[in-house]
Amino acid sequence: MAKAVQLARFLGWFSFGLGLPGVAAPKQFTQFIGVKGDLEDRKWSYVVGVREIIAGAGLLIQPRPVIWAWSRVAGDVMDIALLGRALSSKKAKKPDRTAMALAAVAGITLVDLYDSLALSRKPAGASKKNKEVEAMQVKKAITISRSPEEVYQFWHNFENLPRFMQHLHSVQVTGDKKSHWKAKAPAGTTVEWDAEIIMDTPNERIAWRSLEGADVENSGSVTIKPAPGGMGTEILVDLSYKPPAGPIGAAVAKLFGEEPSQQIQQDLRRFKQIMEIGEVVVSDATFHERPHPARPPETTANKETKAKK
Amino acid sequence: MGKKDVKVEEVPDPKILMRQDAIVRITSTTICGSDLHLYDGFIPTMEKGDILGHEFMGEVVELGSEVKNLKVGDRVVVPFPIACGRCSMCQRTLFSLCENSNPNAHIAAALMGHSPAGIFGYSHMMGGYAGGQSQYVRVPFADVGPIKVPDGIPDEKVLFLSDIFPTGYYAAENCNIKPGDVVAVWGCGPVGQFAIASAYLLGAERVIGIDRFEYRLRWAREKAGAETINYEEVDVKETLDEMTGGRGPDACIDAVGLEAHAPGFVGAYDRAKQAVKLETDRPIVLREMIMSCRNGGTLSIAGVYGGFIDKFPIGAVMNRALTIKTGQTPVQRYMQPLLQRILNGDIDPGFVVSHHMSLDEAPRGYEMFVNKENEAMKIILKP
Ligand SMILES: NC(=O)c1ccc[n+]([C@@H]2O[C@H](COP(=O)([O-])OP(=O)(O)OC[C@H]3O[C@@H](n4cnc5c(N)ncnc54)[C@H](O)[C@@H]3O)[C@@H](O)[C@H]2O)c1
Ligand SMILES: [Zn+2]
Ligand SMILES: [Zn+2]
Repeated sequence: MAKAVQLARFLGWFSFGLGLPGVAAPKQFTQFIGVKGDLEDRKWSYVVGVREIIAGAGLLIQPRPVIWAWSRVAGDVMDIALLGRALSSKKAKKPDRTAMALAAVAGITLVDLYDSLALSRKPAGASKKNKEVEAMQVKKAITISRSPEEVYQFWHNFENLPRFMQHLHSVQVTGDKKSHWKAKAPAGTTVEWDAEIIMDTPNERIAWRSLEGADVENSGSVTIKPAPGGMGTEILVDLSYKPPAGPIGAAVAKLFGEEPSQQIQQDLRRFKQIMEIGEVVVSDATFHERPHPARPPETTANKETKAKK
Repeated sequence: MGKKDVKVEEVPDPKILMRQDAIVRITSTTICGSDLHLYDGFIPTMEKGDILGHEFMGEVVELGSEVKNLKVGDRVVVPFPIACGRCSMCQRTLFSLCENSNPNAHIAAALMGHSPAGIFGYSHMMGGYAGGQSQYVRVPFADVGPIKVPDGIPDEKVLFLSDIFPTGYYAAENCNIKPGDVVAVWGCGPVGQFAIASAYLLGAERVIGIDRFEYRLRWAREKAGAETINYEEVDVKETLDEMTGGRGPDACIDAVGLEAHAPGFVGAYDRAKQAVKLETDRPIVLREMIMSCRNGGTLSIAGVYGGFIDKFPIGAVMNRALTIKTGQTPVQRYMQPLLQRILNGDIDPGFVVSHHMSLDEAPRGYEMFVNKENEAMKIILKP
């Protein structure tokens, strides 16, 4: 999965690179690929260029850009058809160049196809219930304008973690080193486990791991150190989850959404917000669970006139 | 409600969502050149129904429980970047790079590596905040951004503290102006006008404004005191060389941005762009500034860029030791000192205003401003 997303990112940049000349200099571009470059060809060159740029942006921005990857495959097919038509008609001023372009497109189609298939595959374990589910490990860092002591104290109370860690429902401290964790699984269910602190060096490091009988075996640590130049505190968080086989494993695989690394980075941004300004920052759009335009919530009674896009 | 489609609609009142929020009843707002990039569809992650607008002022009508510096009834100008005041960027007064104010930081980081601050009414990638082209707006971090302005001074004199006055000033300050310096400013829109005026405030000896609209060039000459070049009539670099003893200007300011109109001089590539009326991130002004600037000079980029450019003459930048300075303006840093300048009478920012309209006429205002009709310079909208 991660590799497929990486490849998608590469294809995104590639798309940008491909798209620009077709849009910016359609005349030169059509000549370069060996077709006549009349107005009709240039129009197509422009259309194809815009398509590449849009697909590029989609591949770069979406967390799991399945649709955009497939849009590239569809685009490749369109290119092959266009070039093929050019080759078989009188349009090919330089047939060898057009043939080369055709071969290049055919090659990239294979890569696009491979990536789309890989992206379309459900995240590991989500479909096959009995298959071993992939373990997940994520390391993320952030700098916080607070002292190591403050950061350590806040984190040390595990009951604070659900305030910024999206996948957690609640954590209850049950003893000196023991705690009970509940995480949000799909369809309103939860998975649970008990955990114990296995290392606790004040203001430097806390490490924990789940105990026997956990729905999901997991461990984590936070390493805390002063940032250079007295500019606060650097933390490095390291989380690993080993989902078991079976339906619980499949649910756990979805705990962190499609891109665990991005979600945990967002968790750390929220942690920083709580430490630095006392609450999690929301905008009119992010205040809601679902995507929402940048405008106030629809609940209040008074209506106002606003210019909007 | 899509590209080039702005509507006025009834929406619910904003609410306090965080303890440091204020709700402001807007008395004046404007359309900024940056809104045109959204309007024309160049900034990704806009959604149907987003409220635009990031340059505004008004009266505080409601406060969150933790706001200490403001009272209900205060008259305030609100800076366009949203900044928390606590993070390491804010502590260094780099407010437009606030690390906490963009709740959609992950989207911006995917596109740009790291995320800048959130901005009012400026796409979801920049936070998904409702903008100020409205009757009421929610203002987060009310103790950090909004600045109180005295009663009795008209809106149009202080409104532009919200964005374009600090933006022009920041662009000029980034030029590191020394006595005797010649500064060239590409674009004589409202931002260009303030860049010209600010370059003089900061001690430039000569300022040269570049545009193609004669009324904007006239404005630059008569109201901001610039010499001017119409880039459709002459070659810009040659003319700048002639005007500066062959050295080129000491500093060049880009007050145009990603929608630069192609003057068709950097070879066939740009001519082809012009022929198809290309509208993507176009580095036309950047290239021209790089080629024109004197050796060891400074390029100050105020114009907004969203994504990617090509054919960027990095060889000229490197070999001729040019400095590039840029950024969304850290407006919070400049509001107090520039308010003082206004109160001292050093400058009257009202000189850029060309039209007053009601908020209901916003769609027409966008049309006029984007097409440069009716000698539109800066349009003030009144809710
Ligand atoms: N950095 C910031 O924080 C910040 C803040 C506000 C605005 N901006 C940006 O500043 C830019 C200008 O804003 P504005 O409100 O003045 O917009 P505007 O559209 O009124 O002005 C742009 C001007 O540039 C001129 N122009 C176009 N192509 C040119 C070229 N090749 N050479 C010379 N001039 C050219 C246009 O004719 C126009 O007069 C925009 O990109 C806007 O997004 C940046
Ligand atoms: Zn602006
Ligand atoms: Zn900040």
